[in-house]
Amino acid sequence: MSEAGTKDHATLAKEFNKDEERVDWHDGALWWIRQKRDRSANQTPQWEELREAASSIKNHLLSHLHEYLLQFEANLIKNGVKVYWANDAQEHNEIVYSILKAKNIDQMVKSKSMLTEECHLNEYLAERGIDVINSDLGEYIQQLDEEPPSHIVLPCIHKRKEEIGELFHEHLGTEKGLSDPTLLTRVARQHLRNVFLTRRAALTGVNFAVAETGEYVVCTNEGNADMGAHLSEVQIASMGLEKLIPEKKHLGVFLRLLARSAIGQPITIYSSHYKKPRKGQEMHLILVDAGRTRQLGRPDFRDSLKCIKCGGCMNTCPVYRKSGGLSYHNTISGPIGAILAPNIDMKEHADLPFASTLCGSCSNVCPVKIPIHEQLYKWRQVIVKEGYAANTKALSMKAMAWTLGSPDVYTKVGKAGRWFLKHLSFTVNNKLNPWYRQRDMPEVPKESFEEWYKKNKDNKDKDPK
Amino acid sequence: MNTREKILEAVLNNQPPATPLPDLAMFRNGGPGRPSQGPGIVQQYIDIFRGIGGQLFCVDELDAVKTLIGENFDTSKRLVTTLPELGLIAELYQPAADPHSFKDVELAIIRANLAVAENGAVWLTEDRMGQRILPFICQHLAVIVDTSTIVPTMHEAYEQIGVGNYGFGGFIGGPSKTADIEQALVLGAHGPITMTVFLIK
Amino acid sequence: MTIGLFIPCYVNQFYPGAAIATLQLLRKLGVEVVYPAGQTCCGQPMANSGFEHLTQKCDDLFIEHFASFDHIVCPSASCALHIKQHLHSHKDQELAAQIRGKVYELTEFLTDVLKTDKLQARFPHKVGIHQSCHGLRGLYLAQMSELVAPKFSKQEQLLNLVDGLELITLDRVDECCGFGGTFCIAEEAVSVKMGKDRVTDHTKNGAEYITSADLSCLMHLEGILNRNKSAIKVIHIAEILNSTL
Repeated sequence: MSEAGTKDHATLAKEFNKDEERVDWHDGALWWIRQKRDRSANQTPQWEELREAASSIKNHLLSHLHEYLLQFEANLIKNGVKVYWANDAQEHNEIVYSILKAKNIDQMVKSKSMLTEECHLNEYLAERGIDVINSDLGEYIQQLDEEPPSHIVLPCIHKRKEEIGELFHEHLGTEKGLSDPTLLTRVARQHLRNVFLTRRAALTGVNFAVAETGEYVVCTNEGNADMGAHLSEVQIASMGLEKLIPEKKHLGVFLRLLARSAIGQPITIYSSHYKKPRKGQEMHLILVDAGRTRQLGRPDFRDSLKCIKCGGCMNTCPVYRKSGGLSYHNTISGPIGAILAPNIDMKEHADLPFASTLCGSCSNVCPVKIPIHEQLYKWRQVIVKEGYAANTKALSMKAMAWTLGSPDVYTKVGKAGRWFLKHLSFTVNNKLNPWYRQRDMPEVPKESFEEWYKKNKDNKDKDPK
Repeated sequence: MNTREKILEAVLNNQPPATPLPDLAMFRNGGPGRPSQGPGIVQQYIDIFRGIGGQLFCVDELDAVKTLIGENFDTSKRLVTTLPELGLIAELYQPAADPHSFKDVELAIIRANLAVAENGAVWLTEDRMGQRILPFICQHLAVIVDTSTIVPTMHEAYEQIGVGNYGFGGFIGGPSKTADIEQALVLGAHGPITMTVFLIK
Repeated sequence: MTIGLFIPCYVNQFYPGAAIATLQLLRKLGVEVVYPAGQTCCGQPMANSGFEHLTQKCDDLFIEHFASFDHIVCPSASCALHIKQHLHSHKDQELAAQIRGKVYELTEFLTDVLKTDKLQARFPHKVGIHQSCHGLRGLYLAQMSELVAPKFSKQEQLLNLVDGLELITLDRVDECCGFGGTFCIAEEAVSVKMGKDRVTDHTKNGAEYITSADLSCLMHLEGILNRNKSAIKVIHIAEILNSTL
């Protein structure tokens, strides 16, 4: 538990693991998606070279971000799009509010935007009398349940269809017990169609923004971004600074990688390129910092800004699969979340880089080759240096360093530990010892290797037992 | 200093040392030695599009499309097209219409700029759509694709698209879909429930 | 050639059998082996917990004991990896770098340096290989399942030289077991769940033994196997390769 009383990953993960059947189901669903990703990657010639190219393009982008931002802005303006800059969530939300207020709009439809989740935009607008509906089915379901999305691509992957059916029964008046995915989707289609047709404002996220032309691309499978945007009078796009790419042709690389990495599909159903407002429509785009320039200034961690938000790292991470996205208490969860969050609030998210075994699977699936597991290790060093490690941990680590720093102490402590385990095992084999809760302790051998070696090093044929 | 200047200054101060852009020539056609066109490319497009859940008919000329539409769609409902050649079986799209007025369109029939073999998607600019909303709001979407416009990969697609002179354009890869409920695939989310391609030689 | 044998702290205390097997195996293959007394630990548990700055004493001890050998061999993938990546010295950076280049985990030493293609070993049992993450993604002891690249496995290569041994096929060939150092205590629930899932995979696919190049993984899996009264046993790969007729 952190000081503020909010639960940390270990506590939330433990609660998640109380229902083992659900964990198995959640784990299996995400592993299946990882397998689809593998199949799709293996069917794509030059897959590893594509990852390398994407990584290089994003490296180059970050190294010339200043110049590309200026180029992008100039092109946006030329295309008739209004451009805004926001330092943080507060400024971003104020800008959205002012755009809507200027047109007397009090209802908006929103497609997927992790950035606006980070900014808590919906809550901000609701407090000011503006109703926002999330049109992506998964996000809509989460909104009905007043829960944040648990996965950036599959927002309600942790929910069973019966639970979703119950939500629809409660909020949309469907028949109790209805849980068939097709029927539920049809109900949502009808309901949200009406939302699209009646709302004058639409907000989208940005998957990729092209500096060279000033256009931006929004990728969906549902078509919800387009249904909102093309019926709207006011179209707003919220974008993190790092979503830029230098040239139009680079979209070829990224669109070949994105859906394959995310869900094992060669491309999302819709990859819409928004450039100029429709006749009679206004287009606005907000460039948001919210900690990104600070991350840019961290040589060890700036690579995390290359992320294209595919969610592939979450699907492969065994800790994520077996603890659920909501255990990470951050808008972006999983491995990428764990290396982005400490930059946003180190105290609040000090536990996240430790919610990992550093297995490295995430780094291997990342389409832009962010060395996520290496950054998790580096964040641990920073967090401890800044003083956010739990006190008991610091003391035990110092004790360990002292013991292992001296051969004599080490030998004595090692021998003592083995003696304790053998003769006073009840001191260790009890519920207070976290290892012992669900695992037996290792058996105690009669002597250490060191002791055996001293006796036998010259007798090269001696058998140990 | 206003926000814009503050952010730009922070970016300038914090950005890493320059690294070069990679050369993308190696990806042409999906790899060295691969063809840029031909029956193999066409077949790949057909197989992948059908694999996604799209319906596809190969026809010799546009006229055959009229019959197929009559056989496969409810012509008593509202059909809209941007192709003057199909003006007899469907309502010809009229520009300057309010996008909301298309909410009752059963079938929209439009023509693609090009198609991509590796992922089964078509590319359409807004002039091909008529109205931007049309290919999304219709219950069913039909797209005419000329075989000669099929390219192997996204790299060739962007080569043809270039900087582009459109206000809106998009790749469309099949019927709209979602798997948000327990990963069960459902065709027909918010966009069209089905997508049919008429592939003309 | 003379190699220095590096035996990780917990292997020394709790799994001397694996250390002995490593020593005997290397000698059988014609290598002069010395175990320098007074060695302790590679410092990994502290470093992985964010306390890398406390590991200098461990590093100094390691350098002191191992600087003189042609090669340093360790029957633990995670410890070998840690030394290779993190060994440093305030006094002599070049020496530390030199030593880092001489460290090998046991299986890679056999396949890459000794180029072992024959073993006088017999182990007539069904064996599942547990890929330790450090061994796999750190030392490239086998191809990683995420990558689009030709498959290979050094452990398989060596185990295929053992008479009577049958390798089983797993559903998930390289999913992490959940040990993760202090993770196994700090995130006990997830750690155990990960271990249980690995055990289920091996059990389902008929393993009698689970082997690995990393005893920390095996210790964790063994704890779960024994708690659940499973018939499956864990065994370090050195003990299989060293087993006689």
